[in-house]
Amino acid sequence: MDILNEMTIDFLSKSQNEAFARVVVAAFASQLNPTLDELADIKTAVSEAVTNCIIHGYENTVGIIRIKAILRENEIEIWVQDWGKGIEDIEKARQPLWTSKPELDRSGMGFTIMENFMDKLEVESTPGKGTIVKMYKTIKSKN
Amino acid sequence: MGVTFKAYNDILIVNLKGELDHHMARIVKEKLDEYLARQTFKKILFNFKYVNFMDSSGVGMLIGRYKHLQKIGGKMGAVNIGKQVKRIFEISGLFNIIPCYKDEIEASEKM
Repeated sequence: MDILNEMTIDFLSKSQNEAFARVVVAAFASQLNPTLDELADIKTAVSEAVTNCIIHGYENTVGIIRIKAILRENEIEIWVQDWGKGIEDIEKARQPLWTSKPELDRSGMGFTIMENFMDKLEVESTPGKGTIVKMYKTIKSKN
Repeated sequence: MGVTFKAYNDILIVNLKGELDHHMARIVKEKLDEYLARQTFKKILFNFKYVNFMDSSGVGMLIGRYKHLQKIGGKMGAVNIGKQVKRIFEISGLFNIIPCYKDEIEASEKM
């Protein structure tokens, strides 16, 4: 499928930027004319991915988070990347309710929510190097 | 964005306003724990009327408060849940531990 549009943003891993990231990606996605529900799904998934970078990737230190979004005719592809500590066991991390940080009131539902709200989720990670989460969602345009 | 508290009979109503993500969840947790350190409540009711977004960080915050309440034999409830928040409640199984009520009056009767 042809690429209609693409954008990349870099920002610091500060928790104030979670809302910023959601709004930016939702605004960009609105070019595909998604429904409000689809936009809410995208915002939720982006929020989870960015929060993971902040809490787990950089463990509340300051690093760069990169979001890339690609629009195709009826699909959005979103990459959320950090250069933090990486994930040792991706399978385990993706399990519902599993968290490496229960002491921080983490629910362990991040990946489960991303999987539920998007159509497809891919996780690539190298311990010590960083993580990329790639998410795909078909947009059933209102028109 | 913020959190305000109101005592209603023996229930502490926590009025949330904003998007309950990791950023806001930390603020709510801090302020609520601070409030509960001064005055004990066994029943806590979260009002979601002005929350149109929540993610797993909100879930974690709620479960954390629930665990604390469980230790003292307390209860938790929620009112005015919107569409997106409801989906998060469903996926994460929160309804099993945090019943949802029509309003404060129903909550005070059933909690």
